[in-house]
Amino acid sequence: MELLVEGVGHAFGALPVLEGVDLEVRAGEILSLIGPSGCGKSTLLAIMGGLLRPTRGRVAARGTPPAGCLNPFTYVFQDFALLPWRTVAGNVALALEHHPLSRAERRERVAAALSTIGLAEFARTYPGRLSGGMRQRVGIARALVVRPAVLLLDEPLSALDAQTRELLIEEFLALWQRDRTTAVHITHNLGEALRLADRIVVLSRRPGRIKATVAVDVPREGRTRPEAAGRIAALHAVLWDLLREEARAAARELAA
Amino acid sequence: MSEARSVPFRGGGFVLRPRRGLSLAALAALLAAWQAATGSGWANPLFLPAPTTVAATLWELAASGALTEHLLASARRVALGWTLGTAAGLAVGLAMGIFSAARAAGLPLVSAIFPIPKIAVLPLFILWFGIGEPSKVATIAAGVFFPTVIAAFSGVDAVPRTLVRMGQSFGMPAWAIVAKIVVPGALPTVLAGFRISVAIAIILVVAAEMIGADAGLGAFVLTAGNLMRTDQLLAGVVVLSALGLAAAGLVSAAERLLLRWR
Ligand SMILES: Nc1ncnc2c1ncn2[C@@H]1O[C@H](COP(=O)(O)OP(=O)(O)O)[C@@H](O)[C@H]1O
Ligand SMILES: [Mg+2]
Repeated sequence: MELLVEGVGHAFGALPVLEGVDLEVRAGEILSLIGPSGCGKSTLLAIMGGLLRPTRGRVAARGTPPAGCLNPFTYVFQDFALLPWRTVAGNVALALEHHPLSRAERRERVAAALSTIGLAEFARTYPGRLSGGMRQRVGIARALVVRPAVLLLDEPLSALDAQTRELLIEEFLALWQRDRTTAVHITHNLGEALRLADRIVVLSRRPGRIKATVAVDVPREGRTRPEAAGRIAALHAVLWDLLREEARAAARELAA
Repeated sequence: MSEARSVPFRGGGFVLRPRRGLSLAALAALLAAWQAATGSGWANPLFLPAPTTVAATLWELAASGALTEHLLASARRVALGWTLGTAAGLAVGLAMGIFSAARAAGLPLVSAIFPIPKIAVLPLFILWFGIGEPSKVATIAAGVFFPTVIAAFSGVDAVPRTLVRMGQSFGMPAWAIVAKIVVPGALPTVLAGFRISVAIAIILVVAAEMIGADAGLGAFVLTAGNLMRTDQLLAGVVVLSALGLAAAGLVSAAERLLLRWR
């Protein structure tokens, strides 16, 4: 499915957070959103998935969701948003329980989601006993179990250490290659965006507007190869040039 | 270069470690001091009987069955009053946690009525319900109700907003968000509230029984005092302490059972 963001603006009371955002998320692409902290990235993502009604503009979707899709717009959260009183399997099953599935089908879907991300042996473990990386794997399994049409990832790796982040990028991409689910991905980490994205959208400081869109013109599989290092470094420099002044100015503003 | 000296150590301390032996020793020291004070004639045994005397009285009362009767009467009132107050308190408190209208309407009422010592309204309950069981149960229920309301809505407040948003993002219906996210998320706070409400129930049953009852530990302790039977009085107090410990033990067991995931 593709997502069309048309003239979206948002204000929390008197605080304008987003202004005139027009954006097209193409079917089967990963779009990364970067911008200084507080510029409205999470707000935009909440609007895209129908969790927040924008004060201006609208979001439309085009296309048909994949077969067996139960929740077209599905989030993965920075803080994982797991229920500590449910086991790993219970957390994944939560996404299915309010849908009319047979017990067998529910169990089958949960087991499949857990095994694709290497969680099968932790099915009966409580999240409190898992590392951050394993917790986010649960968050990803819970998102995949509903077979989403659009994945909305709000800084999914920001709470993790660099090595875990690297592992999860590889695992996520391997999974993503199978279904090529349309995805919008927020990060403040340029390297992460350059690993995942087809295109990177740079937002200005608050109120967030689209400052630039940068296509990552290196095939995804080859981005960590030495031959690509020069091109990736050049893109990194371009992005940082776009961000530097915004981030500096945003850092000097008082928190709302 | 001069000789290398080890860096002076400045850490350590400020860590609590369990010292079971010391806990028992403190208790034993208190009892020993008490026994010595009465044995040496320093304390008048009429006003402060020796622990051994209290223990003997306790044994006698237990053997005669008199104590069991009083204990059962009090425990029944506590159980009934606490259950009623808790059920009503949870219903109102959860509603106040979930619905803005209930919070707006309820909060000033709860704030105004919570600080009233509930024993002060026992005479009113006696006028309404009569001198028998209902007025005592109602006093306990009223005393339990308010802290339970506060624990329940504070527990709902303590549920992270992102969990509720997660439920919404997966299209969970409102009832499912309440049943699967809000209520279990509030449970630890609610159970912590039970610890307080159970203690309140025991305080109130004694107070209520001192005002008007033939049976019950409060009545027993009061009568013993009137008769200058301080050994019986203290035996009653020991049983009250045991009742409180047993109730707290039940709450701990409930916590272990319901909060296994911790
Ligand atoms: N529910 C809210 N009410 C009021 N202000 C909010 C709310 N959510 C976010 N904000 C404010 O809106 C701005 C953008 O927030 P957010 O979209 O979370 O930024 P980002 O994800 O880019 O860091 C911030 O200044 C934040 O304080
Ligand atoms: Mg954010």
